[in-house]
Amino acid sequence: MRSVMSGNEAIARGAWEAGVTVATAYPGTPSTEILENVATYPDIYSEWSVNEKVAVEVAIGATEVGARCLSAMKVVGLNVAADPVFNASYVGTPGYVVVVADDPGRYSSQTEQDNRRLGPYAKLPVLEPATSQECKDFVRAGIELSERFGTPVMLRTTTRTSHSKGLVELGGRVEKTDPPALVRQPRYSLLPGLTRTRHQELEERMSRIRAWADESHLNRIEMADAEVGIVACGAAYQFAREAFPRASFLKVGMSYPLPEKLVRDFRAKVRRLYVVEELDPFLEEQIRLMGVQVDGGAELLPRWGELDPYLVATGLARAGVPGANPIFTTQPAAPVQGLPMRPPTLCPGCGHRGVFTVLSRLKVFVAGDIGCYTLGILPPFNALHSDICMGASIGTAHGIEKALGATARDKKNRKVSVIGDSTFFHSGMTGLLNIVWNGGSSVVIILDNRTTAMTGGQETPAMGRTLSGKEAPAVDMEALCRALGVSRVQTVDAYDLAALETSIKAALDADEPAVIIAQAPCVLEYKIKWEPWVIEADACTGCMRCLRVGCTALGVIPAAEVGREKDLVTIDASLCIGCGVCAQMCRFDAIHAPAGKEG
Amino acid sequence: MTTTTTTTTTNLLLAGVGGQGVILASYLLSQMALEAGFDIKQSEVHGMAQRGGSVVSHLRFGREVHSPLFTAGTADILLSFEPLEALRYVNWLKPEGILIYNTVQVNPSTVASGLAKYPDRIEERIAEAHAHVLGINAVAIATQAGTARATNLVLLGALSPRLPFTDEQWDAVLRRELAPAILEVNLRAFQLGKEAAKV
Ligand SMILES: Cc1ncc(C[n+]2csc(CCOP(=O)(O)OP(=O)(O)O)c2C)c(N)n1
Repeated sequence: MRSVMSGNEAIARGAWEAGVTVATAYPGTPSTEILENVATYPDIYSEWSVNEKVAVEVAIGATEVGARCLSAMKVVGLNVAADPVFNASYVGTPGYVVVVADDPGRYSSQTEQDNRRLGPYAKLPVLEPATSQECKDFVRAGIELSERFGTPVMLRTTTRTSHSKGLVELGGRVEKTDPPALVRQPRYSLLPGLTRTRHQELEERMSRIRAWADESHLNRIEMADAEVGIVACGAAYQFAREAFPRASFLKVGMSYPLPEKLVRDFRAKVRRLYVVEELDPFLEEQIRLMGVQVDGGAELLPRWGELDPYLVATGLARAGVPGANPIFTTQPAAPVQGLPMRPPTLCPGCGHRGVFTVLSRLKVFVAGDIGCYTLGILPPFNALHSDICMGASIGTAHGIEKALGATARDKKNRKVSVIGDSTFFHSGMTGLLNIVWNGGSSVVIILDNRTTAMTGGQETPAMGRTLSGKEAPAVDMEALCRALGVSRVQTVDAYDLAALETSIKAALDADEPAVIIAQAPCVLEYKIKWEPWVIEADACTGCMRCLRVGCTALGVIPAAEVGREKDLVTIDASLCIGCGVCAQMCRFDAIHAPAGKEG
Repeated sequence: MTTTTTTTTTNLLLAGVGGQGVILASYLLSQMALEAGFDIKQSEVHGMAQRGGSVVSHLRFGREVHSPLFTAGTADILLSFEPLEALRYVNWLKPEGILIYNTVQVNPSTVASGLAKYPDRIEERIAEAHAHVLGINAVAIATQAGTARATNLVLLGALSPRLPFTDEQWDAVLRRELAPAILEVNLRAFQLGKEAAKV
């Protein structure tokens, strides 16, 4: 049977077909849909772990009893998980595939790192699918490879392969015959004294995998015109096929370690050899290290951002490579200039809006974090002044305070941290504990919308349910913060601007760490829609103060159109969810709840 | 305006605003291409899609399709759910390509907060920018069919005469893919969209 699947859906299907029984992840674009789809297969235990490090540790444990496992994470998720991933390589976990979704083009990530480098770094093989079909097949191949050589295998996708859809031929499930059993295995103890020979074993393991690569069906030569040969993998292979329809290809499916004999064979078959890949010259470096002559690679293509058929065709054609598809070398018409951008924005009714309205008014420094609330950086708020990695809002604010020393309490040096609930559980708790321990006095605002909104509304430990929809104890966020040693903990209604302001000001004045939990469930995830509010035109003076809440449900009608002196604000009833935050900005009582709902 | 040929790959670009149903429309089109026996690549970037930002989806079908992306100047059809997005992506069309768009405007957040102005004379500017253009008020037509939410089906209806799919294929896919509760109103919207495209 054939089905249209995204790369991520296909990876989930591949996990099922490969007999995976345990799958773990923390959400992160572009990897999120992998576990969301795995969760639809009842044969697999799946969970959102609290963060990527925990996700990998859970999987390592599962391999210890012989389970086939998969973990998934976004590009920067690997940084969080790096410690257990490296150690999994030293252990040599069998039946374990780690999916890492990189993001050339930085559609939704802080960095544009090329995680294929993990292959030589952590000494594990890297598979790189180019299509949805390969996304599925390579999970199975990865599990087999992992079991055969006793190594974790990295399956590296990109935003394009994870989120593109294509045809997939479905297969059946192959389960392991032996049931899970807890057997004590010395190689799972990475005690320095006991692991003296482990590094050497890793190098030997890699040599065996390298030899196997030459026979593997994961790599293949596609001969056409022998004038131009292109080595490519992943989405870049698809772009290059389109850009050079007559060229010959070495289609690489395992990008580390590269099949040396196959590379030499291919070189011998073609007149000129080029390497087309996104981000780092990862294949190219390996090929050059073999002493194989490359006629062009990294220097012909952009080293950042995502490639496409146009960039590949023009990049190589400029260097005199023949055979580029003329459709992709014609300079297209320029886009129409001067159009207003349409950046993403906080939804109408979003509970984060009140906090940023108040912070913008208080003009404090805001150490931000990662989530929907990062949009507080945009106008009209401009109320987020740093944004590093998940959890960093808390550590960076503490660092600012300690470095400022005595001047930290000056009015101009006041600062708060802003962090989402999912991010707080992921890696904010440790930072808060650090503040308590080291005598900081930071103000930490937890934006508690009861979900992981940015990535599409995944469950959190405070939501009372797991990925598979099972009921779970809902963590009490206030009690958790108190247990971490903060005595000044307060929960505030995130729609109440006055209460927020009072609470933030008091916390800034206090000489101790403070946590303010600003609470309002995500309107998207919880499908919240109250009656829309209305503008009383006669009372609206056109001062535009309400627009400072940056809500797309608000609009402006030019004065001339309504025959008055000042422009008039309107509320789009189809967008307004009735949160009432804009009304709290109005000094003329011109914005009202629908009749009978006041107060 | 002509029906796209089936001998080569058809490049279809869908553009709109997060929450308008661009992704669903793109999904339905990919199911149509599957039904009609084509190779398919479809691509969009999720993540910020729900937050009122621009959303674009690439759909390609033909005998054999490699790249999930095509590039500016190579689209056979641009289906835009909003006029500003139509103007933003109109250079993606081939000179002989077709633009079908919904004339109802959606303000970007920058306009809502008074930081930018929605372009004047937008429909005229679209007509100046490209030769083969069809603008329809898909929201009004959808409302006439029963709900403004069926706007995406009106646009698919308007697009349908330009695609190499039969009425039977459309009917089979829509009946299979849409929830029973919303099926009838969406089929009506599709039909009205198709008729609107004929004039
Ligand atoms: C290490 C890492 N993992 C995952 C992500 C992807 N990601 C971005 S924001 C976010 C969580 C957002 O949830 P929350 O903190 O609750 O804020 P909300 O979006 O709900 O406002 C995630 C998982 C990331 N950027 N970095």
